[in-house]
Amino acid sequence: MTDNLQFDGQGRLRHLLTIEGLSRQTILDILNTAESFITVGEREIKKVPLLRGKTVVNLFFESSTRTRTTFEIAAKRLSADVININPGVSSATKGETLLDTIRNLEAMHTDLFVVRHSQSGAAYLVAGHVPAHVHIINAGDGAHAHPTQGLLDVFTIRRHKGDFDKLRVAIVGDILHSRVARSQIHALAALGVPEIRVIAPKTLLPTAVESLGVRPYTDMQEGLADVDVVMMLRLQRERMHGAYIPSEQEYFNLYGLTAAKLRYAKQDAIILHPGPMNRGLEIDSAVADGPQSVILPQVTYGIAVRMAIMALIMGGAPETEPAARRRAG
Amino acid sequence: MVDIEAALAHMAEELRPLLKRDPVMIGIHTGGVWVAQRLHRLLGLKEPLGTLDISFYRDDFTRIGMNPEVKASNLPVNIEGRHVILVDDVLHTGRTIRAAMNEIFDYGRPAAVTLAVLIERDGRELPIAAQVVGGHVRLDRNQHIKLGGPERLTLKIQEAGA
Repeated sequence: MTDNLQFDGQGRLRHLLTIEGLSRQTILDILNTAESFITVGEREIKKVPLLRGKTVVNLFFESSTRTRTTFEIAAKRLSADVININPGVSSATKGETLLDTIRNLEAMHTDLFVVRHSQSGAAYLVAGHVPAHVHIINAGDGAHAHPTQGLLDVFTIRRHKGDFDKLRVAIVGDILHSRVARSQIHALAALGVPEIRVIAPKTLLPTAVESLGVRPYTDMQEGLADVDVVMMLRLQRERMHGAYIPSEQEYFNLYGLTAAKLRYAKQDAIILHPGPMNRGLEIDSAVADGPQSVILPQVTYGIAVRMAIMALIMGGAPETEPAARRRAG
Repeated sequence: MVDIEAALAHMAEELRPLLKRDPVMIGIHTGGVWVAQRLHRLLGLKEPLGTLDISFYRDDFTRIGMNPEVKASNLPVNIEGRHVILVDDVLHTGRTIRAAMNEIFDYGRPAAVTLAVLIERDGRELPIAAQVVGGHVRLDRNQHIKLGGPERLTLKIQEAGA
């Protein structure tokens, strides 16, 4: 999977497929722009005219309520027209391929596709086949990447913790299957977070996870010691077909975030979770709803961050030569 | 060139009769905010100054894209039914003012809007005029006038592309 598919010939971001390969400055531009969009959501009229007349299609081959909804709200606050398509219940069941679906929607003059798919690389495939004036945002592809989640997480951290260069961050849970974890790690590393830890049972840690620049831990007490930020992951029950965990009860006992385990972290540590939460499995309700939780602010920030990404990739005229097609061909 | 201090004093005097309408002042980022801060002080306004970044309302977004340096707009006072004094540094094409008025109306319906600019120059592309003007400058099409600040305000004429 090539990362430079997301940039045009002038180095402008045209698609958001992965955080891997984004410069620190590009990420900061997104976070700074998102900061301004926060105020739009707080006003009486929560709308700006930037994407007026543009058509955004949310193409979710994999279901998701929160991510789809926040993309929809973000596009609508930018004045775009939004269509939600869940191909699982329409053309895909009739045998239409991903690219056929895209071509048909493109023929309806769509300007932006937000794509979620269970296959890694699906958004890349699409980005490689659309003309230069059509933009793609990856809203999660298999176990590969979920860049908008990673960006809203670092936005949340910056809002609550300030600068990145002194932080110790722990990501806890199913690192092996998590596209969220991968995107978080790339974002944190690009922003210069000096210590990124991952905490999970050995069975849920990818082999050679250290090559991503993180420190692996299998023990919560050691892994959470003195961290500023705890990023919980959802235990993906639907992917737990093998013997990854002994039992849910034992997983909760060892890795579930409880008030007792949270005391290993710094006193003012914040807790993130991308949702939806499995209460009583990876996180205890007392912690999820407690004073250190920033899980609900994450949802609010997610709208502003997605507005910023849409505005940044869709602004400016496309190159005359359809770049994406040229590269794909 | 325009004497900035004299121009600001002149603008304040022109605006003073509006005080009986209890106006709200709003400056446009970046230069307009500097001018507005000075007028706000000269007129002794009690309510905080509002600031607008019109990036989300520009009409050239599809041509030049988003400016990632965008600042947040901040209107700390409810403008519904109020008399707004909108302040900018230079009135040129009128497009910034068009965008600013669109944004203001997304916050509420003001009773009236008065436009005050430090410098009025030629080159209007929209039917927009300032009611209060600090000074007039004649420039060629390829010339721009830029306000420096915020401590000491200065004016500089630049050739396009320079």
